[in-house]
Amino acid sequence: MIAGIPLTHFLIVSTIMFFIGIYGFMVRKNLITMLMSIELILNSVNINFVVFNKYLYPHQLHGHFFSIFVIAVAAAEAAVAIAIIINVYRRFNSIDVEQASDMKY
Amino acid sequence: MSFEQVLLMRNELVLVIAMLIVLAAEIFLSGNNRKLVIPIAVGAFAIATIIAWFPQPEGVIFGGMYQTDTLRQIMKNVLNIGVLLIFIQSMPWLRKPEQNFQMSEFYLIIIATLIGMGFMISSGDFLMFYLGLETATIPVAALAAYDKGKRKSAEAGIKLILSSALSSGILLYGLSMIYGTTGSIYFHEVANAWGNTPLQMLAVVFFMSGMFFKLSIVPFHFWTADVYEGAPVLVTSYLSVISKAAAAFIFMIILFKVFPTSIELWKNVLYALTIITITLGNIFAIRQKNMKRFLAFSSIAQAGFILLGIIGGNAMGMTAVVYFALIYIFSNLAAFGVVAAISNVTGKEYMNDYDGLYRTNPKLSLVMMLALFSLAGIPPVAGFFGKFFLFMAAAKSGYYILVLIAVINTIVSLYYYLLVVKAMFVNKNEHPIAWFKSDWATRIALIASVLGIIAVGLISHIWEYINAFSFGI
Repeated sequence: MIAGIPLTHFLIVSTIMFFIGIYGFMVRKNLITMLMSIELILNSVNINFVVFNKYLYPHQLHGHFFSIFVIAVAAAEAAVAIAIIINVYRRFNSIDVEQASDMKY
Repeated sequence: MSFEQVLLMRNELVLVIAMLIVLAAEIFLSGNNRKLVIPIAVGAFAIATIIAWFPQPEGVIFGGMYQTDTLRQIMKNVLNIGVLLIFIQSMPWLRKPEQNFQMSEFYLIIIATLIGMGFMISSGDFLMFYLGLETATIPVAALAAYDKGKRKSAEAGIKLILSSALSSGILLYGLSMIYGTTGSIYFHEVANAWGNTPLQMLAVVFFMSGMFFKLSIVPFHFWTADVYEGAPVLVTSYLSVISKAAAAFIFMIILFKVFPTSIELWKNVLYALTIITITLGNIFAIRQKNMKRFLAFSSIAQAGFILLGIIGGNAMGMTAVVYFALIYIFSNLAAFGVVAAISNVTGKEYMNDYDGLYRTNPKLSLVMMLALFSLAGIPPVAGFFGKFFLFMAAAKSGYYILVLIAVINTIVSLYYYLLVVKAMFVNKNEHPIAWFKSDWATRIALIASVLGIIAVGLISHIWEYINAFSFGI
């Protein structure tokens, strides 16, 4: 469809992005970076939706709509998360997850 | 779209109106009148709850995105009742001067999440389901961080928002695979086009792991205890009861309606996770000293029991889950109500603070005892019937070994529930929590919970009413 790029290439990119996001979420200690990792996951989902729609079901628009809503919800999520991160910074003077661990098993 | 069709969304519309009333009250009341926000909000919500009880026609609107029927209406009513109890319990807490007059936010956020849950339960396609899920989860993180000055509260908020965002990301990845393989996001079209290809199996696994995060099933439970401990008590009770019940309802509906042909896959997953969840939840609950953490782990174990009703895939299981959720709301809110009342007055939240409570506060101890008996499932109270029907539903589909393990775990859970009862009634304490008179709002909420705990089990009409509308695979 898009000048000779097959569907699988897009899916490979989105899968790699998804797992980079998961890896970043697990490994990074900075709260902002963890939030960025989640954005990577959501964006990989967006790529999936748009590409499936464009390549497999070009006569309808469900995938495009879904990705627009995902973008909007991701923005809301980031807004709340950053507000809480600011609060965490005020209380702990740090946005490192290792610091914000008053409660443990 | 005609007026009658809009009225199909009556539950959500009424909640939106209640929310707008709270918002207007927040804007127009000032100075000493600010505290009037609390009775206005609770009153508006009580009226909304009553309106939602009136019978309602069934129907589908927005081209199948939103559908409602009597069973979903019952589910929403169950949630409404729970939230009303929480609102009544919240009145003394929000009136305290250290809340800095931030009162309306609590009500606004909870009503907003309840609207999200309504749309989630009524969803007819994955887009509406996702939007409802996010509306129901994102604001709750702000609620968990409600005590702005407390370190633990901020920590609970950040833990909740990050883990719920991760889980919805995983869930969405599953949804994108579902869309890619079936070409639709509507439940009935997806169910028709479902072929159990490997990619679709993977999609179901992703979807289920996202939902297990919300339900706090082991191994997706790591956020639960920390968030429950750090958040204010009433937010904890909201999270452990209402959020969990709503997620369980829609999880069950989607498994039954969209993925019935994959039952071979998801019943095995549920089988393993039920055993792990109940067992680990119980084992961790035994060693907890903080009451909120203790109730958090007990609620993890209870979520495992809810899975017992889902795994059978029969109509009886669906009835049992809704019925159990209703009972669980009453019993858990009674337990949390006592914890909140004591924490409000004395600030004490540890189990050994409760030593000798019966001598000083006999009524509170009795309420707590009834609630814990109901959570454990001791016969005269409703919790027994809830668990009994869940076991029946699983046994009906032939899961005898699973039911046996669950019953053994019920006995284990009796041990730690009775630890609290022992602390209150038997343990000696030089300095027990002094006698205090709880205010009328707490008393009303606790009396209502106790009535619920006793009545729901004895009145069989409730079970039959729910049973008339439930469906299996």
